Amino acid sequence: MTGGTVGDGSSPAQRAPGPAADPAYWRGVAPDPHADRSLAEDASPEAVARLRARSRALLTDVLRPHRARLGAAVALLLAQNAAAMSGPYLVMLGIDRAIEPLRAGRPGPLVAVAVSFAAAAGIEYAARRGFLTLSARIGQAVLLDLRQRVYAHFLRLPVAFHERYTSGRMISRLTSDIDSIAELVDGGVESLVMAALTIVSVAGILLWLDLPLAAVTLLAFPLLFWLSRWFARASAAAYRRTREAMALVIVHFVESMRGIRAVQAYRREPRNQHIFASVNDDYRQSSQHAFRLIATYSPGIKLIGNVTVAAVLCYGGARVLGGDTGVGVLAAFLLYLRRFFEPMQELSQFYNSLQSATAALEKLAGVLDERPTVAEPGRPVPLPRGPLRGAITFRAVSFGYRPDAPILAGLDLSIPAGQTVALIGPTGAGKSTVAKLLARFHDPAAGTVTLDGVDLRQVADAELRRTVVLVTQETHLFGGTVAENIRFGRPEADDAAVEAAARAIGAHDFIAALPDGYATEVHRRGGRLSAGQRQLVAFARAFLADPAVLILDEATSSLDVPTERLVQHALGTILRDRTAVVIAHRLSTVETADRVLVLDGGRIVEDGPPAELIADGGRYAALHRQWRDSLL
Amino acid sequence: MAAGSGGGPADRGEIRRHPLRNLWRLRHYLRPHAVEFSWLMLAGLAATAAGIAVPLVAQRVVDGPVAERDLAGLFQLAGLALLLGLAEALLIFIRRWVQSSSSVAMEATIRDDVYAHLQRLPPSFHDRWPSGQLLSRITSDLSVLRRFLSFGLFFLVLNLVTYLGVVVLLIRLHPALGLLVAASAVPLFLIARRFGRHYHAASRRMQDQQGDVATLVEETAQGLRTMKAYGRGPQLAARFAASTRALHDTGVAKGRLLARTAARLDLVPNLTLGIVLVAGAAAVAAGRLTVGQLVAFVSLQLMLIWPVQSLGWIIANGQEAATAADRIQEVLDTAPAIVDAPVTVALARSTIRGRLRFEAVTFRYPGTTTPVLRGVDLTVEPGETLAVVGATGSGKSTLLSLVPRLHDVGTGRITLDGHDLRDLRLASLRRLVATAFEEPTLFSMSVWENLTLGRPDAGEDEVRAALALAQAEFAYDLPWGLRTRLGEQGLSLSGGQRQRLALARAVLVRPAVLVLDDPLSALDVHTEAAVESALKRVLRDMTALLVVHRPSTIALADRVALLEHGRISAVGPHAELLATVPAYRAVLSAEPAAVPHPRLPAGPPTGGFPLVRS
Repeated sequence: MTGGTVGDGSSPAQRAPGPAADPAYWRGVAPDPHADRSLAEDASPEAVARLRARSRALLTDVLRPHRARLGAAVALLLAQNAAAMSGPYLVMLGIDRAIEPLRAGRPGPLVAVAVSFAAAAGIEYAARRGFLTLSARIGQAVLLDLRQRVYAHFLRLPVAFHERYTSGRMISRLTSDIDSIAELVDGGVESLVMAALTIVSVAGILLWLDLPLAAVTLLAFPLLFWLSRWFARASAAAYRRTREAMALVIVHFVESMRGIRAVQAYRREPRNQHIFASVNDDYRQSSQHAFRLIATYSPGIKLIGNVTVAAVLCYGGARVLGGDTGVGVLAAFLLYLRRFFEPMQELSQFYNSLQSATAALEKLAGVLDERPTVAEPGRPVPLPRGPLRGAITFRAVSFGYRPDAPILAGLDLSIPAGQTVALIGPTGAGKSTVAKLLARFHDPAAGTVTLDGVDLRQVADAELRRTVVLVTQETHLFGGTVAENIRFGRPEADDAAVEAAARAIGAHDFIAALPDGYATEVHRRGGRLSAGQRQLVAFARAFLADPAVLILDEATSSLDVPTERLVQHALGTILRDRTAVVIAHRLSTVETADRVLVLDGGRIVEDGPPAELIADGGRYAALHRQWRDSLL
Repeated sequence: MAAGSGGGPADRGEIRRHPLRNLWRLRHYLRPHAVEFSWLMLAGLAATAAGIAVPLVAQRVVDGPVAERDLAGLFQLAGLALLLGLAEALLIFIRRWVQSSSSVAMEATIRDDVYAHLQRLPPSFHDRWPSGQLLSRITSDLSVLRRFLSFGLFFLVLNLVTYLGVVVLLIRLHPALGLLVAASAVPLFLIARRFGRHYHAASRRMQDQQGDVATLVEETAQGLRTMKAYGRGPQLAARFAASTRALHDTGVAKGRLLARTAARLDLVPNLTLGIVLVAGAAAVAAGRLTVGQLVAFVSLQLMLIWPVQSLGWIIANGQEAATAADRIQEVLDTAPAIVDAPVTVALARSTIRGRLRFEAVTFRYPGTTTPVLRGVDLTVEPGETLAVVGATGSGKSTLLSLVPRLHDVGTGRITLDGHDLRDLRLASLRRLVATAFEEPTLFSMSVWENLTLGRPDAGEDEVRAALALAQAEFAYDLPWGLRTRLGEQGLSLSGGQRQRLALARAVLVRPAVLVLDDPLSALDVHTEAAVESALKRVLRDMTALLVVHRPSTIALADRVALLEHGRISAVGPHAELLATVPAYRAVLSAEPAAVPHPRLPAGPPTGGFPLVRS
């Protein structure tokens, strides 16, 4: 007896396998090997290199429209720098050339110096302000571009992609990853340009000052190069791990907040806390590791610089003692050497931000690289116009969510325009799959689904959605008012049309009774509406959309019987001249259908008008009898 | 705060307290790392000192041994420079190494705490706060805080110390000019203060908008199918564009504010330098100052430029940290409305008889004026199965959610074996009550983990039995059996499959009171019958409260209660109510209502609907 054991206690020997804290245990094994990433993110070195190249290309691509602005920003930066550099020079000028004349009673040179100084300060102010404003503009524009590109691509990607990728990961890409790119964008340009500028110019001066000493300095370069290469490799891997760890934190966070009712009702809090602490700690460790790399790299650069200074000091001192060079040259060389290594620090910081941003960009590039498998046709075929539209044909359609588990195998089905067809059968028979293929959530693995003779793959998305609407059991309400949610079905509809749609399916009464009527905010995922009420709103939305083909997949399951009856009554009128595919466990809907299809194991086992099937005494007849008995 | 749950994220303009107050309140997270922090501060200051010393030594080499042709002295001093250089690098390494562990550790601790607190807050809080807003608090806001703790705070201290040190040296060098430089701190302070105020508002706006964007993304992910079904991608993209555009605009405004201030801050030391130069030159000309002194003064003064230049950035960082702290504290300050009373009772499963009683229970959702329940009186006897029936939106699900105390009653009380639910320890109550919700919530975890949500210690046989009862053995046929990770929200399963898993989960808890909200609505007739007969056997041992829509499911119940207008208008066996209560018959009857039903509108117009274009 199966039920009895549940009540009994079970021996502790029959414990769940695996240690509870092991993520591999609680997360389970994903049926899809690509569950945790986009297809482009592969562990093989070639894939990593390819993705890295692609992320750099993406960066170039988003920067391209800003070339002119970037040029202007660099020019402003140079102007600012020149003005700033002129300060000490003017001080020198003032001291050397203005004091003597002043003693002689001629304030002219000092005034000239003071005026130049004021002018330089003014230029520096304007250039700095201009540069910072411009670079903020460029940075924000790049972020805006990236956000919108990735978001738009997420919308294009098929349902199947989202099912494996999870919403938490999508959120992570569009928030946390973008944030780490923002860090680069915020200060990157300035430090890169300034550092490069200083290093190049100072290197020139060093070479010009004393060639042998400069050669000693150049000995530091292989070391710098070697250190940077180590850092580049190590930090790329480290930041990649950081991004993935953060995505897991976000996935777990979002899901547990969304399911908070179940969490609390089942006292899941401690276990959740445990899991959260472990993913959070993973993130802590991975970012600590990444920070430790830069904590090593940056002082490493400093160390190389300082050792070089000491070496130059010895060698240069010896050269001066040997009479090969002048004291003044050594002094100047040492001063410039310092200015040579200082920007290296900035550069290492920039490099660090670049590595972190690149890891994030890789993730975004991976998403952008994902092909929308259920793609819009390149050259769409328009659907034929006519009074009676909506003929559907499935020709030898095979489909499965996993290759090894086909749901449909060679399904043939033809529904003439205007017919109302009821699909019934046990769960897992493939009813919802038929609905999803018809709404083109997926494309068939083999065979074709056609609408009015046109393969769905050749119909433009906008036209397809105007023609075919699928209403499922899961009713999603978007943030906004009830009216806005109904209007989602037809954005250009006016208030009267929205209300008429609600009236038509019997939702008007409850909506009117809400605090603000149609203007009531539904809050988060329809928090305050009951499941039945949400289904009514979703129904009104579908009616407003007024499609030629309406697919209802268990769309009335949460309604009470009279309300459902009301909806069905409305359906009777509304479906009169359109094609409808109705999936319902409650056979009341089925009775009004023109035709009933009984599906089992992905095949049609019975097909005919309901009355005929009942008379034939097959499966439908049995189900019908059972259902009849369950009614009052 | 009202009802202990605080306002939603919309209440953004509260009474202004000190802008840094909330940042200061987070200091206890710093305490475990206080020693590390003092070390890294010390190391940082020492590294700076070493960094300043290196060029001084180099200068001395040039002035001393080189000029005096003293080779031994040269190597000695060069050795000193090398040592200082090594020390500087080592100290920087120590600072950054220590920092890397302490700042991320603090970030992780705060994140854990916020998560723990959010888990304690009741569903009514989560209904009001979009999870995107909560998410941005534990991601973006926390990294802002981390950046402030690892860089902003350190450079604030370092720069202040440098500034003060240099100014003191300047005053000692030349009191009048030194005081002039010191006075330049006044405009700096004024600019910084003004900037701080404006930036505070901008950074808060930006963080809120980041939360809005996260919310939109989350909602898109949730409503993806609906979006696809209606082809409303362009509409959502437009909405997202508007939201990110707002974020962009705030970012640009923030950048502009920072640009203006940074440039102004830069102007102050420059102008001071100009004044010093003119006044100094005049003083030299007048013979009150030597050229050497003026040169020394000016070169020292040049050391002030970097600390001032970075001031704008540091203040910006500090303000962002302050508003981030505000946002985090807003969540942490929200007191959980549903908590254990000071004195609570824990009931053992074995001692429970399971008499559940609603006494004049009223309830309304926070922020609404119309009550959902207006005085519900209802008793479920031990071992009894009671079904609640009512029209769509009559408050059935609300009534059920009061039993595991997901919401608390407004007035009246609910008792279990005579104990007010609020007197029971929450954990104990929720151990006794198991709920299967109308929408089965599944997590992207293994099937096993999803099933054992309320019974982590369940054995394999128990799980098997629960699955068998719910006709959910399909779980074993998944590619990895019970180890298979379910798709998010279990969306790769059909509605009926998800519902059966949720039922198995509830039954597995072996509760004293089983609460099922329309548990079989997505099942086909055949499966429903099989589940019902299995469920019937289990229900004998426990008290059960069900919401049902279909007459077929009512067969499970011993008695039925009709919920109408927030009250129980009739209770009794199904057959009896059917015969005597017309309203009851109307709610369940599939026949076009013979009895006038309050929810029935005047009837659809017969001439078709105006909205339908034919």
